[in-house]
Amino acid sequence: MPSPTCRPASGCLSSPHENRALPSLNLIGQSLLAGLFTGGLYALLGLGLSLTWGLLRVINLANFALAFLGAYLTYQLATAFRLDPILTLVVIVPGFFVVGIGLELGFLRFKINELTSLIVTFGLTVILESLIQWIWTADFRRLEWPYTRVSLRIGTLFVGLTGLLAFGAAALLTLGTWAWLRWSYLGKAARASAQDGPMAGAFGVNRRRLALLLAGLSAAYAAVAGLFIALNHTLAPSQIYSWIGVVFAAVIIGRLGNALGLLAASVFIAASEALTMAVTAPGWAPLVSFTLLIVILLLRPEL
Amino acid sequence: MIASRLPPALPLVVAGVALALVPALKLPAFYETFLYLVLFWVSLATSWNILSGYAGYFSFGHAAFFGAGVYTTATLTTAVDVPFLWTLPAAGLVAALLGSGIAAVVFRVRGVRGELFGLLTLAVTFVLSTIALNTKIDGGPGVFLAAVPIPTLFGAPATTLYHLALAVALLSAFAALAIYRSRWGMGLFAIRDDEDVAEVLGVPTYRYKLVAFALSCFIAGLIGGIHAMFVTYVTVAETFSVGLTVDAIMMAALGGTRFWYGPVLGAAIVTALTQSLTGGESAILNRALIGGILIVVIVFLPDGVAGGLGRRGRRAAVSPVETATPLAVELPRAPATWQAAAPLLACTDVKKAFRGLQALAGVTLEVRAGEILGLIGPNGSGKSTLINVVSGYYQTDGGRIALDGRDIARVRAHRIAGLGLARTYQIPRSFRRLSVVDNVALAAMFGGGGHGRERGRRLARSWLAFAGLEAKADALPDELNLLERKFLDLARALASEPRLVLLDEVLSGLTPAQMTDALQLVRRIRDRGTTVVFVEHIMRAVLDLADRVVVLSYGQVIAEGLPRQVMRDPEVVRAYLGKAYA
Repeated sequence: MPSPTCRPASGCLSSPHENRALPSLNLIGQSLLAGLFTGGLYALLGLGLSLTWGLLRVINLANFALAFLGAYLTYQLATAFRLDPILTLVVIVPGFFVVGIGLELGFLRFKINELTSLIVTFGLTVILESLIQWIWTADFRRLEWPYTRVSLRIGTLFVGLTGLLAFGAAALLTLGTWAWLRWSYLGKAARASAQDGPMAGAFGVNRRRLALLLAGLSAAYAAVAGLFIALNHTLAPSQIYSWIGVVFAAVIIGRLGNALGLLAASVFIAASEALTMAVTAPGWAPLVSFTLLIVILLLRPEL
Repeated sequence: MIASRLPPALPLVVAGVALALVPALKLPAFYETFLYLVLFWVSLATSWNILSGYAGYFSFGHAAFFGAGVYTTATLTTAVDVPFLWTLPAAGLVAALLGSGIAAVVFRVRGVRGELFGLLTLAVTFVLSTIALNTKIDGGPGVFLAAVPIPTLFGAPATTLYHLALAVALLSAFAALAIYRSRWGMGLFAIRDDEDVAEVLGVPTYRYKLVAFALSCFIAGLIGGIHAMFVTYVTVAETFSVGLTVDAIMMAALGGTRFWYGPVLGAAIVTALTQSLTGGESAILNRALIGGILIVVIVFLPDGVAGGLGRRGRRAAVSPVETATPLAVELPRAPATWQAAAPLLACTDVKKAFRGLQALAGVTLEVRAGEILGLIGPNGSGKSTLINVVSGYYQTDGGRIALDGRDIARVRAHRIAGLGLARTYQIPRSFRRLSVVDNVALAAMFGGGGHGRERGRRLARSWLAFAGLEAKADALPDELNLLERKFLDLARALASEPRLVLLDEVLSGLTPAQMTDALQLVRRIRDRGTTVVFVEHIMRAVLDLADRVVVLSYGQVIAEGLPRQVMRDPEVVRAYLGKAYA
């Protein structure tokens, strides 16, 4: 029953919490934890996007479709050959690395810029989506494996094992990538090429090989993201698009090419979403991340 | 003028009349539905193109404004019982107001361009859909419109919707055509290539973008209102869908975003393809096919189908009328309204800092009407910053800048251009996709002269002749060499008929022979009555050319006077060569 003072804008029409009691500490804790795990997935999905956008000036929408292709491949290998989902990475990651290199070869060959990359990779996304739908149909698929339903109990909080793994992988990969870009010679060369390509080339940076390496890595990250999507979520081809908006928000708020910033932004967005869901109605969650994105773009537009 | 507008508009009128008569043929309903969908997409793609194609601000939020129209009609017809037709203007206006509100904020932020603008508008889509979903606007289950009566104008209700969609499609095509052929369109194209240069040349970029966005949103809202009745059941997921935006973008890109009829072509092609391939098994194939077409077109036809068609005719398209025009159009002289005694430009204690770096630490100098003033100083002394501040590209942190007695320190760059100030760039900045003659014509149209398009083009050819570039008039700037591009920059600055022109290192990178040409050109500019300030490192040129010299060092004036005097000033020698030589 909506109370008379209830304004529609507060979301109470579809809110299950009609009495507006403050959520318990336990609920907040559980929400933050969920935010942490979802944030890990955002970061995994965004890592490839952030790298190719920030360092190669390619906005690769196909990254999302690749991640889902990876998820479906994991699902297929796990269900058909009873292969442990995590082990499927041994096959999928190198395969995707090659695919990423192939894509970048095409982008370089046809001199794709940021704007055209967006349109071309959207075309690729549509093709991959059709491929997935053709092979696995539009039905929902759920990967069941002994550890997908395992929860650890810490105090009063429940911690899903696969969520924890996703966050662990995200933390490991983003930190590793950040450190690699910051301190290694190759990483410095990559950042120098992004700032002034011809100049970096004049100082002996093999930009082409570097670009191929980064593109391959980004696709490999998409494979890892795919694994955790398969472990944590129900799969459907149309789901590809549901991740794009929020991951873009995380990539931009975290600053392009900045892996650590991406992780922080991902966790922040996911946690604020989870809190919004706990405090108001689940439907309001997207408002948080996108309002945040708009405000940040307006206040600090320089990328 | 009117005659030149007829050829493209006439087929549009004929097509409009022919399409309006289609329902009278009593064809199976399938055809009317198909044509409705074509018109629907023509409206969406063309309206998207008015801002995004012309000015290069790719909006990924077209669905948001379309959705604003859909839900305005849905809400007004169901909740308030407003008759359907009356809701349409409201649908357009709500979308346009929303768009202008967003634009008024976004277009003030200089950094939000290109893909960032795209993402911002994308985010707007999600914000609006969340609001609609969680409030009374939709609330979740969607809105049924089946009970809303549709007036019958010329036949069944479906035919009414068809005619309405036709009207909106024609409106958008006519608007796109009119803008394409107007000053406004020229300004939008310049914004797409280099917005900063366009603003400094006198294009009111902020207003142009804002109005283009508002119009684009208005049409999207209008077709949204009609489409709400067409689908009779509106849901948030189907309305505020990124897929809808992307489809519109794809159609515009496929047809060619630089042509007013590009989106029309694209919409017709894609809709025909989708409709002929729908049904059963082929639905998946169909989507994949569209994805494939999109890739192929972008990779092989970067200017779209219209660009592909146009490329063949580009050389032939130079109309004989234009080339036959005698080149000796009387060039307007710089207005001689100044009094010789009064300074044309007076900077008083001008300051500008970038974070911690004080680029200009209180510069005070005067430029007298009719002189050639050399502005010299070591690298990093603030010469280019001063030009950027005076031309309005940067805002001053303090001080007064007066052009002919009028304070311009807080005036927008395009207004300063209108007051008679022009500049060139150290590295020439041309509009890449405009022909050489249009580069110059733009300045003639938006500068002090404010000429019409045709006269601007004729004057541009004369200015090109003045700079010795008449043979390259129809080339693209990329086809010119460095000297030619510098001269193009100059011709463009002159075409805006300035009283004062600021030249930023015109001579750098030129060979000695080219330098002599350039020096002569600068002298001829002054002889026409234009005051010249030139920044230069090459001392031979400074001694040769300047009536007076001002020396900057660390953002301050350290000397000024006659060239040979100033060169001997120990302070100046120290600034350039260090203490040991002073």
